[in-house]
Amino acid sequence: MAADAKDQRIFVASQWQLMWWRFRRHKVAVASGLVVIGFYLAVLGADFLAYSDPNASEAQRSLMPPQRVYWLDGWRFSPHVYAVKGARDPQTFRRVYRADPDRKIPIRFFAEGFEYRLLGLIPTTRHLIGVDGGLDAGKTIFVLGTDVQGRDLWSRLMYSTRISLTIGLFGVTLSLVLGVVLGGFSGFYGGIADTLIQRVIEILRSIPTIPLWMGLAAALPRDWSILQVYFAITIIISLLGWTELARVVRGRFLSLREEDFVVSARLVGCSQMRTIFVHMVPSFMSHIIAATTLALPAMIISETALSFLGLGLRPPAMSWGVLLQQAQNVQTVAISPWLMIPAVPVIVAVMAFNFLGDGLRDAADPYGR
Amino acid sequence: MLTYIGRRVVLAIFTVWAISVLAFAIIQLPPGDYVTSYIAQMATTGSVVTEEEAQNLRIQYGLGQPIYVQYYKWVKQIAQGNFGTSMEWRRPVTEVIGERLWLTIVVSVAALILTWTLALPIGIYSAVRQYSVGDYLATCVGFIGLAVPNFLLALVLLYLGFVLFNAHIGGLFSVEFQDAPWSAARAWDLLKHLPLPALILGLAGTAQQIRIMRANLLDELRKPYVVTARSKGLPEARVIVKYPVRVALNPFASTIGYTLPYIVSGSIIVSLVLGLPTVGPLLLKALIAQDMFLAGTIVLLLGVMTVIGTLVSDILLVWIDPRIRLEET
Repeated sequence: MAADAKDQRIFVASQWQLMWWRFRRHKVAVASGLVVIGFYLAVLGADFLAYSDPNASEAQRSLMPPQRVYWLDGWRFSPHVYAVKGARDPQTFRRVYRADPDRKIPIRFFAEGFEYRLLGLIPTTRHLIGVDGGLDAGKTIFVLGTDVQGRDLWSRLMYSTRISLTIGLFGVTLSLVLGVVLGGFSGFYGGIADTLIQRVIEILRSIPTIPLWMGLAAALPRDWSILQVYFAITIIISLLGWTELARVVRGRFLSLREEDFVVSARLVGCSQMRTIFVHMVPSFMSHIIAATTLALPAMIISETALSFLGLGLRPPAMSWGVLLQQAQNVQTVAISPWLMIPAVPVIVAVMAFNFLGDGLRDAADPYGR
Repeated sequence: MLTYIGRRVVLAIFTVWAISVLAFAIIQLPPGDYVTSYIAQMATTGSVVTEEEAQNLRIQYGLGQPIYVQYYKWVKQIAQGNFGTSMEWRRPVTEVIGERLWLTIVVSVAALILTWTLALPIGIYSAVRQYSVGDYLATCVGFIGLAVPNFLLALVLLYLGFVLFNAHIGGLFSVEFQDAPWSAARAWDLLKHLPLPALILGLAGTAQQIRIMRANLLDELRKPYVVTARSKGLPEARVIVKYPVRVALNPFASTIGYTLPYIVSGSIIVSLVLGLPTVGPLLLKALIAQDMFLAGTIVLLLGVMTVIGTLVSDILLVWIDPRIRLEET
């Protein structure tokens, strides 16, 4: 009887419900989904999570290593860091920092810091963590250390997440529009249009992309604002990135074109637009979502690579690639390995999107194996 | 078969044309033209270009003419082996690029060969011993290979080499061979330096190919003819290698066309991190200095090289796979 009830549930479940059940079975994909949600929450709350102004530079604390956080004071829970004193090494002329165990700097939760607008609306000065002293160099924390200009890496990382993850999102949206329109056209009409679009895709796929991107990105005028460069880079990346999405959409159109429900929709006199958008698109929406998720990591990597080379976003804009630019030189990295930290979110995000996309792709076809 | 190859060749020609247009666009895109950049370049060294000279230069390069005429002139010059002059180096572009293009090809091909020699046996092993420790290990390495952008991988390896062995592991030549003329010793030195960049470049492709090979072979191994072969008492190794692997090889081989552009693309940025003397660092420098003839030529040559590589792989595929041969006639 129990089995019957279960079967019943499956028979009456909607397609989206089936997909959700199937997706839930893929544990890694679910976990990755949570990671992705976490990333986008960080995008929304970047100013809240950052505790110091990402652009506040201070020569006195250049290339400071990450400070160790001590969670307990004796047996009491009281997170703190030791104050750090900077001095110049007389031999190498490098700045060296020494922790001073006598001076504890307590970490406060929901502390006051620089002013910002939460979600762009509510003006506030509260941050997740912070210290009493504010921006006094001797009395502040650097969880992940500082860069050459003495800017806090953690706070910069939070702001970078915003740009790196949204540029991927915009890029993928643009690719999606191109991919769906061209792939749909190709798959729905077939014939010469199909051949032509397929050839264009083949040509685009056989061109090495990075040199082309570099060339196009380098041609952007130097005096453009951050926003202009941001959108230009998005367009450049998606101009070459839509091919895979177009391929998926075309494949779906081809397999659906002869399905009974599409033929009958056409026979009862639905307009072409209606046939496509009301009858066909919903039935492969899930595939598109999966393909989009799988296309995102490539976008993120492209932006990171371009900015890493100094051809993508340029400072003062912040993205993972821009931060990694400081880690370009192996000598610098050997002395200050924490400059490589921005690579971690890149890798985690790319992996999470990949697993999530895999899970979604499997779930997209709930009637399959 | 001939029609198939013929179609491929036509497509390759179109691709080369598309690349040439894009490369030309890259040359044309920056504000101002060649002469304005040239004047600016001269001004930094203190010499002045008179209005008359500028006018002559413009006529010489046909800059006042419509864009398609300029494109035609550019292509015509290239056909004659004249790729223009590099502003930054004040030398013909071909001379500046020199052996760098060949080294790019060497590195890319090495990565491609490594991809294949690693992916094929590992893929077969993963499929035959599905869910074994080795399979999980391969899957795991595969995911890392897919998720870690190769330039970050290069950076991390470089850092580890520096910290653990206190050695600079980048480059393609030892110091003493850097500018030496070609000799057997230099070639051997190159060969010794090749595995690391090849591995970094090939890892992502290898990961992908392992997955493709594994999936294909798994599908194939479930088919009745394999059971038949086994029930007839064929040794296991022959059962697997003789037919299923050969069938599974075809979709595997067809992806090679997309692997090469990917590797060439990656080689540019990995070369920068590892300090390889390929066209990568040259391209970046040219782009930053707006040395557009050099940059455009590099993009063009890289593209053409990739197209030729892909064409060769396509023809190889026809040779391996009788189905394509028969289908297309």
